[in-house]
Amino acid sequence: MILTNIETVPGKKIVEHFGVISGSTVRAKHIGRDFMASLKNIVGGELKGYTELLQDSRDEAIRRMVNQAEQLGANAVVNIRFATSSVAQGASELYVYGTAVNVE
Amino acid sequence: MGQLIIVIVLIGLGYVVGSILEKKHYRSIISREAQLLHIPTVSVKNIIEDGVDIIDARMVQGSVVISIDHFKRILASLRNIFGGRVTAYESLIDRARREAILRMKEKSPNADIVLNTRIETSTIGRSANSRKSIGSIEAMAYGTAISYRK
Repeated sequence: MILTNIETVPGKKIVEHFGVISGSTVRAKHIGRDFMASLKNIVGGELKGYTELLQDSRDEAIRRMVNQAEQLGANAVVNIRFATSSVAQGASELYVYGTAVNVE
Repeated sequence: MGQLIIVIVLIGLGYVVGSILEKKHYRSIISREAQLLHIPTVSVKNIIEDGVDIIDARMVQGSVVISIDHFKRILASLRNIFGGRVTAYESLIDRARREAILRMKEKSPNADIVLNTRIETSTIGRSANSRKSIGSIEAMAYGTAISYRK
């Protein structure tokens, strides 16, 4: 599966379009991470627990999108975009969408 | 009285350790940016010259969550009274974005160029600077890494 966030796959030609596909996941942080983060918050700096959490969730969203592309019989996803929204206190939604295509 | 002392200690700790950490982080950002200067990161989509043979194109991304220290948070909430530039937050967001771009580039060390770089900024759980919550922001960068045949 080839993923790009531009309209084409450079060096290859798009032969078939399958339309927009998307994947999303909603994740909440847990208390343990929250506690460590609030300690770290005193001095500032990177919150590794949160970085990991969001990165894992984003990978999950991409996996779901790729699954959908595979079901359609596509071999590439172009023009991928990410979006994040807060659903509730402490939970966020990670959304990724793109266009499934066949390239050769 | 005891509570006041705790608050002052936390603010002091935030000021001392926070500024040391920030300086350290900026030093690391600047040296890594210099190391990765050979991979241009652009926000346009097609500047590839004709005649080059592209062997690989794939999406790369990097993200980081950075929190503000206690001292700067107090500073920023004082700023809220008079308005104006909130320098405390400017450096926080600057660090987060530059770090995200660096992490993105580090995932594609063999690429020749990164096209269509986009940066997203978000907060976790909608409250970045409310009381009792953790003042942090997330920056993520993504783009398409291209490798040429040499």
